Amino acid sequence: MNDIRVAIIDYQMSNLYSVKNACDHNEIISFITSDRKEIMDADAVILPGVGAFAEAMNNLKKLDLISPIRDFITTGRPFMGTCLGMQLLLSESEEFQYARGLGLIKGKVTRFPKISSRGERIKVPHIGWNSIHGVMRRRGWDKSALRSVRESEYMYFVHSYYVVPENESDILTTTTYSGIEFCSSIARENIFATQFHPEKSSREGMKIYREWLSDIRDKKRRT
Amino acid sequence: MPVRIIPRLDIKGPNLVKGIHLEGLRVLGKPEDFARYYYEAGADELIYMDVVASLYGRNSLEEIITRTAKEIFSPLTVGGGLRTIDDIKNVLRAGADKVAINTAAIKNPAMIREASMKFGSSTIVVAIEAIRQADGSYMAYTDNGRDHTGVEVLGWAKKAEELGAGEIMLTSVDRDGTGLGFDVELTKMVSREVSIPVIAHGGAGELEHIYKAIDEGGADAVAISSILHYGLIAHHKNLVGYDAEGNIEFLKSGKGNSRIKSAGLDEIKRYIFSKGVECRHPIGTGVADGE
Repeated sequence: MNDIRVAIIDYQMSNLYSVKNACDHNEIISFITSDRKEIMDADAVILPGVGAFAEAMNNLKKLDLISPIRDFITTGRPFMGTCLGMQLLLSESEEFQYARGLGLIKGKVTRFPKISSRGERIKVPHIGWNSIHGVMRRRGWDKSALRSVRESEYMYFVHSYYVVPENESDILTTTTYSGIEFCSSIARENIFATQFHPEKSSREGMKIYREWLSDIRDKKRRT
Repeated sequence: MPVRIIPRLDIKGPNLVKGIHLEGLRVLGKPEDFARYYYEAGADELIYMDVVASLYGRNSLEEIITRTAKEIFSPLTVGGGLRTIDDIKNVLRAGADKVAINTAAIKNPAMIREASMKFGSSTIVVAIEAIRQADGSYMAYTDNGRDHTGVEVLGWAKKAEELGAGEIMLTSVDRDGTGLGFDVELTKMVSREVSIPVIAHGGAGELEHIYKAIDEGGADAVAISSILHYGLIAHHKNLVGYDAEGNIEFLKSGKGNSRIKSAGLDEIKRYIFSKGVECRHPIGTGVADGE
């Protein structure tokens, strides 16, 4: 059972321990690292993250983590990004000032507006539980780590920015906040990424971890 | 957007305590036990507030946080006595997801900006202890409502937002522990003037109070303690243990607070849901667990 090893990337931007606790809870060996070799040797990688986009990119550069992340994804092994760890996959962000992202998913990161189209004040950050809806359920949901979670289940969100992927086929789910429908998770080949925090989404979040980790086992068994 | 129902656990040393007007603390049990129970019962988040915040108690708080974070997979906010950026870093490392700051922020508002730049706005909750004055205005206090700061609540809330706070936890010291209901006027005053979420706290004594804080007060979340704790103690006498320090006379007496009509989390959620408030997983409404 415990044959697989998951690398949690440390770029000094998040509470890594909650991600590690979620792995521990699912009896998976995980380790926190900023080391290229350890990342490349892992069976799967998680890029967590809370905080500011530009600072996160600077940290990734400073710690020389950009090419290991890109190279790992090229191996086809499972990669999960959560919250800021998802936003960083996009091409660019409008946070504070324009900043380039990893560019692994085409599109941009943008801030919730202050006023909704109906003229109502939007409270930002978006903090709390909100429901996720599959946009291509037949093709995507059942094959993704969401498969044991119900359609429109509540997940825990905390963010001021959201991603706008260029290719609709990259969008796995959407969520609506104050009348704004945004992409709440992405699936593209071996990349699975969520705006919400599975590690903070109670039992339902643990189901996502369980399914994602079981995919890693299957993948490893086949190779 | 679903409203969050957040159990708030006041901590002194190793114990869960609860006072009235944030004072006269009674020992109720072990925070981890209550936290686990509320998590299982569907709490949307949890708040740990170190109400004594003495220096010598820090290690015990961090141990409680770490133990909690290993078994509870929902967000945990920790506050009380966080004075520096390093203090914040330490509780986040121990396993907290957000921090609540009051005294340090009032003494040095720039700390809000520094902390939100470093840890992200959404990690920084500014806690405001409000006391209504004779002229009807509200002033912010520190040290469990003991120290007058001369800072007016609404202006302070707006400033905290401007400096990068992600949320405001607004306590009515007048109502805390009384079971007389939230100070809806206070909640409304702040909630409609800021563009960040407001957590109403202090005074919940029955279901209707919680609904009013949301419906009339415009609260984005409510933090509750007594209404949950006393019921849990009454129904699960064997579940809770406590260290034999502090004021345990209350526990021994087996009495509750007579003004407080205890309710469980599912009961609260079912009630506000029946009144049209969206919340996560109200049991027995057709959107509960299972297909």
